[in-house]
Amino acid sequence: MSTTADTIVEASGLTVDFASGKGLIRAVSGVDLSLKPGETLALLGESGSGKSVSLRALMRLHPSSAKIGGSVRVDGRDVLAMSPRELSAYRGKTISMIFQDPGLAFDPVYRIGDQIAESVMRHERVSRSEARRRALELFERVRIPSPERRLDNYPHEMSGGMRQRAMIALALACRPKVLLADEPTTALDATVQIQVLLLLRELQREFGLAIVFVTHDIGVAVEIADRIAVMYAGRIVESGSCRDVIRNAAHPYTQGLLASRAHGTLAPDQRLRAIPGAPPDLAAPPPGCAFGPRCDSFAEACARAVPENVRVGVAHEARCLLAAAAMAPA
Amino acid sequence: MIIGAPPVPTSRDRGGPGTPLLEVRGLVRHFGGKGGLFGKGKSGVVRAVDGVDFSIAKGETLGIVGESGCGKSTTARLVMQIIKPDAGDILFDGEAVGSQALSLGAFRRQVQMVFQDSYASLNPRLTVEETVAFGPRVHGAKSGAALAKAHDLLHRVGLEPRRFAGRYPHEISGGQRQRVNIARALSLDPRLLILDEAVSALDKSVEAQVLNLLLDLKRDFGLTYMFITHDLNVVRFMSDRIMVMYLGKVAELGPSEPIFATPGHPYTVALLSSMPSMDPDHRTEEAPLTGDPPNPIDPPSGCRFHPRCKMVSTLCSQAEPQLSTMGQDHLAACHLVNPQSGHPRLAAA
Repeated sequence: MSTTADTIVEASGLTVDFASGKGLIRAVSGVDLSLKPGETLALLGESGSGKSVSLRALMRLHPSSAKIGGSVRVDGRDVLAMSPRELSAYRGKTISMIFQDPGLAFDPVYRIGDQIAESVMRHERVSRSEARRRALELFERVRIPSPERRLDNYPHEMSGGMRQRAMIALALACRPKVLLADEPTTALDATVQIQVLLLLRELQREFGLAIVFVTHDIGVAVEIADRIAVMYAGRIVESGSCRDVIRNAAHPYTQGLLASRAHGTLAPDQRLRAIPGAPPDLAAPPPGCAFGPRCDSFAEACARAVPENVRVGVAHEARCLLAAAAMAPA
Repeated sequence: MIIGAPPVPTSRDRGGPGTPLLEVRGLVRHFGGKGGLFGKGKSGVVRAVDGVDFSIAKGETLGIVGESGCGKSTTARLVMQIIKPDAGDILFDGEAVGSQALSLGAFRRQVQMVFQDSYASLNPRLTVEETVAFGPRVHGAKSGAALAKAHDLLHRVGLEPRRFAGRYPHEISGGQRQRVNIARALSLDPRLLILDEAVSALDKSVEAQVLNLLLDLKRDFGLTYMFITHDLNVVRFMSDRIMVMYLGKVAELGPSEPIFATPGHPYTVALLSSMPSMDPDHRTEEAPLTGDPPNPIDPPSGCRFHPRCKMVSTLCSQAEPQLSTMGQDHLAACHLVNPQSGHPRLAAA
């Protein structure tokens, strides 16, 4: 991926290692990401695939015992070289994050309006009343009913969907350029999930936000993303436009995920085409392609080395020897 | 995976094939209402389940869907008698639960439950085999026989006893833990299995494996399922019939295909169109419902869905619609389904 003037997020060769009882665990092993303003990338994967760890690395939210390697540039600045003071100014102002559980993102003993105002005052030289006015404006923007009254709510006084909207308001309080979303709709009902996804799409258009959206749900990724990157065992195994990944999945793991979904066209009593086995233990990853042991098309060559990223279409790449063979000139 | 003939003692079928395995009539459960927590603050009755009727035929899977707070899990707990109903009758194979013919203990041996949180459902200090053998032991099986049964069941749920029998819950993955929970549920040879969001916490690739396992077990053991989930794709795949709940009431009930093809209740329509489209060229452009599910404390008058309904009329806030037939075994509680209701949109059509 080449750095162009208009990329806002650029990560290359990103690695994240955690120390554990079993030794060093490489949760992310060489991830490249690049995002333009106004673009949404979905990081799709199962638990332990490294999607949330990659996301947190963009904001350096890991404990200091975690080792981050590679390079991360956001808005032209080297995130890994930032001092604690720079980091604190960067978080919230340039980049902000929304989480799966808004109950944990808010302090339970302060009113939500005050927490948003505090964030504004921390990053901008504005008065409390101005910050408060901004909070109200944001509450209106994320369509919280009776916003004035709701600013004085404590987090527990709001329903799940409303808390999620409030968290989005908090994240956007200082007009960041990049929004990181870590499964923000997973805990919501489907009827509320679609409302939040539509709201994010709308806010993105309006603010020109770049969004990295982590999810395990392909359906959600299709609703929100321009591009999808599928992660498995710490690597991006396939990436491309939403259309390419859904319609012309090149990696057997992506194909397996699509085929194993229960969906409308299945006949009753038909079995799901489940991917056998379970994701690998990152403390002892299999040699070569990490998906090899679960793959129908496994061959000896797969265990020899991690497959290179090959281009299988316009801006569509996959890490699979089969895809590489299919693309090689005959 | 299948060894030997499935252990289905046919003699247990007391009411005959025509009698539903489970019949629930007028089930009601309200919570609170005595001045709130610590006797102060707002008092309000949570009408968690407010008059629910349904039945499940032998060998059938009934799927229950609805938003959080609609009463689907409370319904399951009421059926299990983990929570005592305020009113209503529960008949199991034609016999009232708790009657002389069917004691609570005898009923519970035949109905088992699998919960969403596979870890919280297991005793962390029991190994996998001890967990599965526990129930039979309590019910009088000899230690050796209970262990043999546990090994057989572990084998059937896809956990090789030689590898897994001695492990503790924290040593196995979420999918494997849920298999243990399923094995334990089967250890007393139940006839009805209540699955309350049993696959919701699993990764998608593992979820598919467990769904396939549930289909196999249902066939091999001659089971009947009550399958509660918020995932409409999963419920469609698993269920013969579906019950849609809204704020403690049944909104719609019927065979799966008609419910998906021609839903009668506007709430079902909205629920179905809230599913992600899976089509990058035709994404959802408008949310089918606004706002969160309302609070079951002090629910709206008339039809409980009317404040969120696109087809609302003044009738809807005044009169509560009853379940009306709209096709073979297909019922919906909406004035639009009942030609005699006087809903203004019916006259316009």
